[in-house]
Amino acid sequence: MDLTLTPEQQSFRDEVRAWLEANMPRDFAARVMASSDIPRPEAYDLLREWQKQLHRAGFIGLTWPKEYGGRGLTFVEEMILHAEMALAKAPPVLNILGVGMAGPTIIAYGTEEQKRRYPPKILSCEEIWCQGYSEPNAGSDLAALQTRAVRDGESYVINGQKVWTSLAHVADWMMLLARTDPDAPKHKGITYFLLDMHLPGVTVKPLRQITGDEEFNEVFFDNVRVHESHVLGGVNNGWAVGMTTLMYERLALGFGLQVRLRIALDGLIEMARRVEKGGARITKDPVMRQRIAQLWIDTECLKYTGARAITRLLKGEMPGPEASTGKMGWVDTHQRLQELATEIQGPYSQLMKGTQWAVEGGLWQYTFLRSRANSIEGGTTEIQKNIIGERVLGLPKG
Amino acid sequence: MDFGFSEEQELLRSTARKFFEKECTSEFVRKMMATPEGTTPEFWAKLAEQGWLGLIFPEVYGGAGLGFVDLVVLMEEMGRAVMPGPYFSTVHLGGLTILEAGSDAQKKRWLPKLSAGEARVTLAWTEPNARWDAQGVTVAATEAGGGFTLSGTKLFVPDAHIADALVVVARTAAGGNPQEGVSLFLVPKTAPGLEVTLLPTMDQTRKLCEVKLGRVAVPADALLGEKGKGWQPLTRVVERATVALCAEMCGGAQRVLDMTTEYAKIRVAFGKPIGAYQGVKHKAADMLVEVENAKSITYYAAWAVDESAPEAARAASMAKAYVSDASRRVSAAGIQLHGGIGFTWEHDLHLYFKRAKGSEFTFGDATYHRERVAQLINL
Repeated sequence: MDLTLTPEQQSFRDEVRAWLEANMPRDFAARVMASSDIPRPEAYDLLREWQKQLHRAGFIGLTWPKEYGGRGLTFVEEMILHAEMALAKAPPVLNILGVGMAGPTIIAYGTEEQKRRYPPKILSCEEIWCQGYSEPNAGSDLAALQTRAVRDGESYVINGQKVWTSLAHVADWMMLLARTDPDAPKHKGITYFLLDMHLPGVTVKPLRQITGDEEFNEVFFDNVRVHESHVLGGVNNGWAVGMTTLMYERLALGFGLQVRLRIALDGLIEMARRVEKGGARITKDPVMRQRIAQLWIDTECLKYTGARAITRLLKGEMPGPEASTGKMGWVDTHQRLQELATEIQGPYSQLMKGTQWAVEGGLWQYTFLRSRANSIEGGTTEIQKNIIGERVLGLPKG
Repeated sequence: MDFGFSEEQELLRSTARKFFEKECTSEFVRKMMATPEGTTPEFWAKLAEQGWLGLIFPEVYGGAGLGFVDLVVLMEEMGRAVMPGPYFSTVHLGGLTILEAGSDAQKKRWLPKLSAGEARVTLAWTEPNARWDAQGVTVAATEAGGGFTLSGTKLFVPDAHIADALVVVARTAAGGNPQEGVSLFLVPKTAPGLEVTLLPTMDQTRKLCEVKLGRVAVPADALLGEKGKGWQPLTRVVERATVALCAEMCGGAQRVLDMTTEYAKIRVAFGKPIGAYQGVKHKAADMLVEVENAKSITYYAAWAVDESAPEAARAASMAKAYVSDASRRVSAAGIQLHGGIGFTWEHDLHLYFKRAKGSEFTFGDATYHRERVAQLINL
């Protein structure tokens, strides 16, 4: 056990740190938000430019093979990068679903042609990706999905609907799960398509969420023709491919989010230092000190649980039980953090952006509302607990 | 960066697990609970034979010279077996205080004997005021006749009744900074005026004593380290002991989770194993999350104190805060998911539940350590 960095890793850290020092948009927090990691519509342009900058500097897709646009480095460098970005309060990556999910899945399952075609444009943010999994009648029970793909010559004709599709309104491509064999058992008749969102018959309707933003969407498919070269990982093999995507989501993307909790936590502590309650600073209140310290501890726990999982990966072992707990832990910690942020503000937490009375421009109110989705998106907490109970602890299915 | 255990450490883990499964059965633990000693000479000799009593002491003092992370692996397995007896007090408290503060002569005199299982030393630190800070040290050591006279009462002293000597934390100077004027004395158990009473404890696998010092006279060379400079070495010892205790708590919590999972697979209610119901399954998943986080923060703290990293104190406090809550909650959930059988004396769960409760309040509970973390992050 050794948590120190090698000289090479140290110099990589210094390189990242120096680059961030010189290139980070300083006014990001003031312009967009103090603490959230979820790209807000008003920040899309800024974030697109930020990802391009990161890409030009070679700080994105570190673990991807060089021939597909990456740098061929290990998860240690990825961890270092995330940690430095968190300390510097760097903005998140806009094409997060492409970088965190689509890219790794294509690299794992794609044909050589697919691997050369898609991943580089994901990294450069030339093509933004969204994830077409959930449907009105298939959320937690994802395998119940009904969107159909019927073969017609060299193409498939797609009809159906997806919902809660984040970024679909700006996306160029979708990771689409559709049913190709309605007679097979429900997990076996699904195919994973790389779907061009600009094809005729694709309609995107934004949905307004509790934050007031339109960040996710309904997507309708009306006789959309997709060439068979856009199948990923083989016909009727979509469940296995889709689960790989989710594994990457929970591991790599999840780990980044966990490290980045530190940004929100630092922001919360800064706010607590400024705010008074009953005539004394929040940070002098014994109960508040306990709760802030607990969040700090929980954030550190997540970081080291992630580090254990990554160590196993690096040693070529299968991730152990520690890998599956990360998403749940992150959700729980982040939601408590956001609750505490409203408590620190007290009555001021009622005020949104648009009045000088709002604390920090009312940004925390937005991130607080947004955090309610955390325990639903990417697999609800209840589904995560089923997965842990059944696959890690070996408990029987219900 | 490598946040895992080496092959040697994994080997130590599997050796220890096999050893305790054979030598430290539920039957043995229960027998020891009922005795005042809490161990047998035969069992103690076997620990010595394995090299575990001197695991962390340098080879020149008869030890194996291994690192703190190795010791943490062993502690996890001891916690898993809810091992009774004076291991913790002898190695982590008495032994490591002598190693940290003692002179070469004191180390040569005591550590080889501790490693061989021929002697035991404990630490008499806490008092009826139940404080973990330097102000809590009120037992007075006054200079007299070229030596010192110790007077006062120590409480919650582990295994003093079966120790050969006690490291007594006493005050040689009062007023000013409470950390100044704390001194450590190595006092033989047979010293006149020293009175040890074994106390009835909730966790019967861990024996605690009251130690009364009624004008106990000790020579000048009973001092461990410099007069008035005992607080710093004591702090380093306690920091490590706290992390070791966390490791033991992790081992116990993992065992409770294992027992509970196995039970949920075979216990049938309403025609199904109870583990198929989400009310049970989700609670078991929550237990796993807490156990894994507890291990992660403990391993990190073990590395930090072993390396004397600048953040070692913060890491130890983070670990104790998290693990105190987690092991209490996990062991309670274990009883809940077992239902009535989990509440019986016959089932082993209460051994783990009670050990978790005792450990929770040893070296400061979660509330105490969260406040320390708050201070250490400059809140």
